[in-house]
Amino acid sequence: MSEAKPVGGKVFTGPFLFFLVITLIGIYFLAKRFMFGLGAVTNMNDGFPWGIWITYDVVVGTAFACGGYSMALLVYIFNNGEYHPLVRPALLASMFGYTLAGVSVFVDIGRYWHIYNVFLPWFTNFNSVLLEVALCIAVYIVVLWIEFSPAFIEAKSGTRSKVNKLLIFFIALGILLPTMHQSSLGSLMILAGNKLSPLWWSPALPLIFLISAITMGYTVVIFESTVSALGFKRPFETEILAKLSLVIPILLVILLVVRFGDLLMRGQLGLAFSGDLQGNMFLLENVLHILPLLILASATNRKNAKMLFLSACCLMLGGLLYRFNTYLIGFDPGNGWHYFPAVGEQFITYAIIAAEILLYMIFVKKLPVLPSHGRAKA
Amino acid sequence: MKIKRRDFLKGAAGCGVLAAVGQPAFAEAKKKERLPGALGFLYDSTLCIGCQACMVGCKKANNMPVESSDLLPIWENPRDLSAKTLNIIKKYESGTGQNKDQETDGFAYVKRQCMHCADPGCVSACPVSAMRKNPDTGVVTYNKDACIGCRYCQVACPFNIPKFQWDSAFPQIVKCQMCSHLLAKGEIPGCCSSCPTGATVFGKTADLLAEAKRRRQMEPGKYYDFPVSSLDSGKTYSQMAGHYVPNIYGESEVGGTQVLMLAGVPFGKLGLPDLPEKSYASTAENINHTIYKGMIAPIVVLAGLYFFVNSSQKDKD
Repeated sequence: MSEAKPVGGKVFTGPFLFFLVITLIGIYFLAKRFMFGLGAVTNMNDGFPWGIWITYDVVVGTAFACGGYSMALLVYIFNNGEYHPLVRPALLASMFGYTLAGVSVFVDIGRYWHIYNVFLPWFTNFNSVLLEVALCIAVYIVVLWIEFSPAFIEAKSGTRSKVNKLLIFFIALGILLPTMHQSSLGSLMILAGNKLSPLWWSPALPLIFLISAITMGYTVVIFESTVSALGFKRPFETEILAKLSLVIPILLVILLVVRFGDLLMRGQLGLAFSGDLQGNMFLLENVLHILPLLILASATNRKNAKMLFLSACCLMLGGLLYRFNTYLIGFDPGNGWHYFPAVGEQFITYAIIAAEILLYMIFVKKLPVLPSHGRAKA
Repeated sequence: MKIKRRDFLKGAAGCGVLAAVGQPAFAEAKKKERLPGALGFLYDSTLCIGCQACMVGCKKANNMPVESSDLLPIWENPRDLSAKTLNIIKKYESGTGQNKDQETDGFAYVKRQCMHCADPGCVSACPVSAMRKNPDTGVVTYNKDACIGCRYCQVACPFNIPKFQWDSAFPQIVKCQMCSHLLAKGEIPGCCSSCPTGATVFGKTADLLAEAKRRRQMEPGKYYDFPVSSLDSGKTYSQMAGHYVPNIYGESEVGGTQVLMLAGVPFGKLGLPDLPEKSYASTAENINHTIYKGMIAPIVVLAGLYFFVNSSQKDKD
């Protein structure tokens, strides 16, 4: 098995500066938000109290950050050690994804100076799904940093650290926690009740969100591996990804059976063909799930780096759209309210994404994250 | 991909445990009934003359600022509930708009404020118990010292009642708290004490429900005595009974509300949502409690995961 090595090279490159500028613009709008309130930079309103910060940065962001979770599931539970080289980069992306989701929550909540109240037993409400999400994500962020910590130690000592009992506990915890909160991110919208279109409102929301999150995890691993190979001019890891990608069509079949079974049982599938925005978005969301299923069902396609990347992109968009549909597009509070994110609001989200990419670039260059292939150029 | 039989079995077992945990159960939750001491008010749209005295009474009682949305005629100003307006009278109009409480060619008033649900979505949603249901009166109150401003209460309210101060750097959630500060002094809510016709009367929800049922039995066009301000104020006002639509809004919606409404036109026309009898809060809590009861399932799964991770590492040694 190949060892992880720092990629090395200059930190200040063209793309690095580009993402830095976006981050700085975001910081300007952040300052505005903290000085004048949420209304000054966002289009959120009393009908749409949650906008893209919750929908994209938290709900989609943590689903994209499920790579670490999904890979841990495969490597440690299904005991497929051959995938081990993919774990650390996945873990790194998860660590940033979740950490920045945590940052986004801090920016989004109106009374951020009270954020510690979620940890105070006399305030906590154990009936609240959001409390479960908040505590779970907070703990998981810490767990991710601990799971990733061997990379820091190896960078200093230069030797591969052994997995000890304590780390095994954290790896186990790192599988349990996303199982809990990724399903709860679905449960959250059960309370939206009549305001959420029956195409998405369902008592099965937690189950669908969980299966979708695990699927997204593997998808993101393929996506990141391909982008890293292109960006850092490293060889493609097609062979190992081809094997890994077999998991995706299996998960997609389960996901679609649950999704459509649930819609048929509730007798709401007809809404999909109503021709309105919600119906069309539902169809698009499912096309983006069925297309990669068809592509990846073929073994020839799974060995093709382009096909792999194409299906990964489709599925990431599909998972993104499913979450946007559940949190924004399928949500209608009535009374004429509507929502489209303001420029400042969008820039804060872009800045979060840019910051994530910046950190990923620094970390893979300075720390042993990506597997060394000998042929890798700096 | 060749999977060894042993590995497959281990994986399958791990998956089974996870699926069992992730699987929501659909067992019926114990329904949250209205508290015996539940307080509320009865709004009778047929008695409302649209004078909006209740809006003034509410502003005075709660020290709320004057609000004008835009260049609207004064009656329609403000347009809706907001972080500055906790109570509002709105108007339904159709066709010529000449006949009171008539669906076609008529008009009708509706009062909107917090319904004080028996099983409130906002209370279930709030991670830090900032939204609380008073254990005696059932009044849903807000505590700014607990609130983190996550706005999940707004997402969770089927009536869109909690409002957020979007333009403040130090915002709060704002909603009708049934003038809890006045109730504590033995007084009644501002909207009830200021209503001149008895369209809004204060009382125990159980008594209000009985009063609503009495009104439904009345013969339209005949004169009856209607209580003013509160059911036990002793003041009554003799008025002609109107034509009521058959249902009492709030009797069973989302598990019942403490505020009840009677009207002459269908409630859907007045902008009130058509809601199921089962509260969404009970559906959500049921799923959450099934999964996390006593944290037993998560702990068992964690132990299982530890075992799997540990043995997968041993294979390598």
